[in-house]
Amino acid sequence: MTRPAVSVDVERLGRRFGDRHALRDVSFAVVPGEMTALLGPNGGGKTTLFRILATLLRPTSGDARVFGHSVVTSAGPARRRMGVVFQRPSLDLKLTVAENLAHHGRLYGLSGRCLRERAAASLDKLGLAGRAGDRAERLSGGLQRRAELAKALMHEPDLLLLDEPSTGLDPNVRREVLDHLEGIARAGGTVLMTTHFMDEAERCGKVGILHEGMLAAFDTPDRLKGRIHGDVVRVHGRDPAALGARIRERFRLTPSLVDGWLRLETQSGHLLAAQVVEAFPEEISSVTWGRPTLDDVFVGLTGRRLGEAAA
Amino acid sequence: MSALAASATLARREVVRFARQRSRVVGALGQPLLFWLLLGGGLKASFRPAGGAPGPDGDYMRYFHPGIIALTLLFTAIFSTISVVEDRKGGFLQGVLAAPVPRWSIVAGQAAGGSLLAVLQGAFLLMLAPAVGVPLTAAGAAAALGVMAVIALTFTGMGLMLAWRLDSTQGFHAIMNLALLPMWLLSGAFFPAAGAPSWLAWIMAVNPMTYGMAALRRAMLLGGDPSAGEALPALGPSLGILALSCAAALAGASLLARRASA
Repeated sequence: MTRPAVSVDVERLGRRFGDRHALRDVSFAVVPGEMTALLGPNGGGKTTLFRILATLLRPTSGDARVFGHSVVTSAGPARRRMGVVFQRPSLDLKLTVAENLAHHGRLYGLSGRCLRERAAASLDKLGLAGRAGDRAERLSGGLQRRAELAKALMHEPDLLLLDEPSTGLDPNVRREVLDHLEGIARAGGTVLMTTHFMDEAERCGKVGILHEGMLAAFDTPDRLKGRIHGDVVRVHGRDPAALGARIRERFRLTPSLVDGWLRLETQSGHLLAAQVVEAFPEEISSVTWGRPTLDDVFVGLTGRRLGEAAA
Repeated sequence: MSALAASATLARREVVRFARQRSRVVGALGQPLLFWLLLGGGLKASFRPAGGAPGPDGDYMRYFHPGIIALTLLFTAIFSTISVVEDRKGGFLQGVLAAPVPRWSIVAGQAAGGSLLAVLQGAFLLMLAPAVGVPLTAAGAAAALGVMAVIALTFTGMGLMLAWRLDSTQGFHAIMNLALLPMWLLSGAFFPAAGAPSWLAWIMAVNPMTYGMAALRRAMLLGGDPSAGEALPALGPSLGILALSCAAALAGASLLARRASA
């Protein structure tokens, strides 16, 4: 089978709730074989976009196509190709893991032996075979998330759509889940997820940054970081505003004040860091320098740090 | 076909869930039983229904018995639909809504599951009929079960209409107390229209559940004393109105479910 060039095609998508624009004129395309992350703070429009793509919410303008099927006018075929993982678990806690999968399979038209085999294979793949008979409520958060994933994968979807898949998981489980998603993408699947974790976004082939309902950027992590020229130096002091003014005067650079820290973009950041400390030893309590991260890209685009914005 | 398979699997889930929540089983059976004993017992001495009592002597416990069956159907229907409100925002239903099945099949599954539970519990109360001296023939019991199924589907359909429309369980409780409970109270379940003031009798005449109640009473009388229950609306029209209400409630729930966002 030839692979389609585009799995998800989002075109000028918009959603209004009353006067509030939750999503404005968002366009991007997701291709098979890689993970794509939609990064942004809560309230940035991620979940609205997720719900529209999952066919649970209608857009007020624009359209999105999943393997060519519009999520507005042809939701049925679009749903068939998708596996959806929700942020709040969609497991029935009173049912066993196996029962949850059985119900899910039947909703996707599976039955009989095929249903049993797919469920068993899916549980096996996620290391849950031994817990099939346990009620979902007895599973830890991490195991529940894995069961959720097993459920979403059992009908062998071409697109896996996930809303904050690692929120509330401890770091080990997070890594495990991500490894798994990476494996799916490597096998030719399409993985599209929302997240507010930078490290998660770093592992994706493409990253879209959603801010105030708009797509501020959409590119590979490397190219996004390449938008920042050189290094990033952060300076902390007792009076950041006064310190900023003095740095501007002395070094002819314009620092931005983010989260109580002065932030400077420059070539050879290590030199600047040393010079700043030498110039104002009394005023400065701490200096860091580093290569740009997605966090810096996010700050550059939105004027806020993601962690701060998400809190 | 796959839509029906979806309905069946969702109905099955309702039943399994119910059986695993012991407090729900106890509450759903215990509450109507308690109401029956306390209200029926308390009112027995001072209340003589003006008509419609199964049995010749108009004993209130007997009069109230089909009413309590209807209350059980109502409570069970409500309990099984209330989860829809929470379930679709952050639970099992999210996944169902994202699945390639039409919304009407989801509603059908929920209604079938909820109604099945309601009828099973109603049947338990129906079996107590001989204990209060209600003569119940086999034909009467079978007919009563059939009518109970339609009443249960109607209540579940109404519950689902609310549940798909509302965002909070608090809102659900408020509307339930304001609409569904009075519907039961003014259906002839608790007191007959014959003795009520005319404005109340008028409300009761336009309440579709009055006809469900009448159909249930008449069904229970089948094969028994033909003179009993004369004051009730006739069986045919009652069944007709009940069936129409049921269809309207289920269609309404399907329509609202289709419009509702998750």
